[in-house]
Amino acid sequence: MGRGGVYPRPLITRCKRHPKEKSLSQVKENRTRGEIRPVLAQRYADGWGVGAKRGRLQPSASPPFAATRRQVSVEKPMSQYPERLILNVGPQHPSTHGVLRVVVELEGEVVVRCTPDIGYLHRGIEKLMEARTYQQCLPLTDRIDYLAGSANNLGFVLAVEKLLGVEVPPRARYIRVIIAEMTRIASHLFWLGTHAHDLGAMTPLFYAFREREQLMDLFEAVAGGRLFPCYFRIGGLARDLPDGWTTEVREFCRTFPDKMKDYETLLTRNPIWIRRTRDVGVLTVDEVLDYGLSGPVARGSGIAWDVRRADPYCGYEEFDFVVPVGQNGDTYDRYLVRLEEMRQSCRIIEQALDRLPEGDIAVDDPTITYPKKTDVYTRIESLIQHFLLVEEGIRVPEGEVFHHTEAPKGELAFFIVSDGTSRPFRVRARTPSFVNLQVLSKLAEGRLLADLIALIGTIDIVLADVDR
Amino acid sequence: MIGPLLKGLGKTLEQMFRKPITIEYPERKREVSERFRGHPRLLRDENGRIKCVACHLCETICPSKAITVEPEGGEEMHDKHPREFIVDLARCIFCGFCQEACPKGAIMLNRKYELAQYRRDVLVYHKEKLLEE
Repeated sequence: MGRGGVYPRPLITRCKRHPKEKSLSQVKENRTRGEIRPVLAQRYADGWGVGAKRGRLQPSASPPFAATRRQVSVEKPMSQYPERLILNVGPQHPSTHGVLRVVVELEGEVVVRCTPDIGYLHRGIEKLMEARTYQQCLPLTDRIDYLAGSANNLGFVLAVEKLLGVEVPPRARYIRVIIAEMTRIASHLFWLGTHAHDLGAMTPLFYAFREREQLMDLFEAVAGGRLFPCYFRIGGLARDLPDGWTTEVREFCRTFPDKMKDYETLLTRNPIWIRRTRDVGVLTVDEVLDYGLSGPVARGSGIAWDVRRADPYCGYEEFDFVVPVGQNGDTYDRYLVRLEEMRQSCRIIEQALDRLPEGDIAVDDPTITYPKKTDVYTRIESLIQHFLLVEEGIRVPEGEVFHHTEAPKGELAFFIVSDGTSRPFRVRARTPSFVNLQVLSKLAEGRLLADLIALIGTIDIVLADVDR
Repeated sequence: MIGPLLKGLGKTLEQMFRKPITIEYPERKREVSERFRGHPRLLRDENGRIKCVACHLCETICPSKAITVEPEGGEEMHDKHPREFIVDLARCIFCGFCQEACPKGAIMLNRKYELAQYRRDVLVYHKEKLLEE
């Protein structure tokens, strides 16, 4: 099937003809139209079904879709299963969280094999960065994981600062922590809403977005952008906080735990939610390590790996927070882990607000940060420095650097090679969604098709983050 | 088993008696914050002359190459201003770097955010349009 313009409809391969069906084309027509026609109804009545294996199911046997959890050998080639159905989930499907195409081979409703097809949202960000100065790369990093723009900014600026060997002033560091944790809450809220919505619970979506909207307004007030704040700069921040902003954030942190009780009332003990998530997509510790998973996906399986704790940056070692871990490694545990992470993020924000010092918001180095606007208007030296910094960019010493941060979806790492000029020679972004997505086919095999939707939700991917 | 479901329903019912938080958008527009990064615009000085001196800094820093400046000399000595100043709003990503880079405070982002048009060329803003914005 071509990629351009073809609507991905179910593709029927070979199948057995019912005596009442005249031709194979009729069989296909019956199945693709999505309506049970008389002949198709007859097929179901006779126990032939759509995915029933030849000779296995007798007309008197149980309905062909009753056996949901049977084990099917994945290794056998396609030709051995003439009745196997290939279904394209996506790329334009609301529950694939973007443009993910999952080619699913089905036997009945059981997923035999599932192959994610990625690349629909590839912007070539890593390549684009090579043609831009380090400052100009910042808006690009916003767009890597567009649900957590500031988290990507943070990863990139920290990597460049590590290469430059500069340390931002404490005020900038604390503000960065506040914004990064707010981003984590916003990202998790989006995940919660869409994940619950995928599984049929519509109400949490509205509640989660209600709170996410408050966070977006706070981002807008501080940086001017909602999804793409682009507030962090190499060497500090773009501007200082606006008046009254910290009070609003405090107010949010005060009310948010109560709002979380709303989500919990709707989901945590809801029997439908529990049935859809418990024991679905179980990941063992070994699997997590083998696949290199990180973030809440790894922590749901009981691995307390959090870069904020394991390799602190931005002064995270000063904050008191708990790294929540799950026990069973299933979808339900990952749900609980993310909920707890939101509470812990709230705690971190409150602590950072309490300790927020006064002072500069950027390093005082005209080769890294712009001089003050008032100086640029009045002093010739500042004007020259300003011109040089815009025209030439930040000259980063030759070398290579790796820096990892804990983005909301997992471990986000930037590897930058500098050749001494103001443009990166090579940037590599290790994005959490790309790595976490790899486990999807393993999780989905042998499960129901409906579980696939839960699994895509639980690994919390953003396709912009996968494809970059 | 049924208890948690009823509790959830109760929570939903409770919300029915609250004021809606949504805005009926095209009729009512949302107030954006003071720092909101909307469409770019050019400013005039107190004498009504364009502030821009066509130094090309905004053009240089623009990550998406949305700005084109064509300079022109004036009658007086050291007088330079843009003959043409084009911002392609279809390319603009509203990062605000031009505003940050401008040494004269001549370009800034206003608080407009609506961008839907039937034709693309409407979104290519020329000098006069940018000054009006």
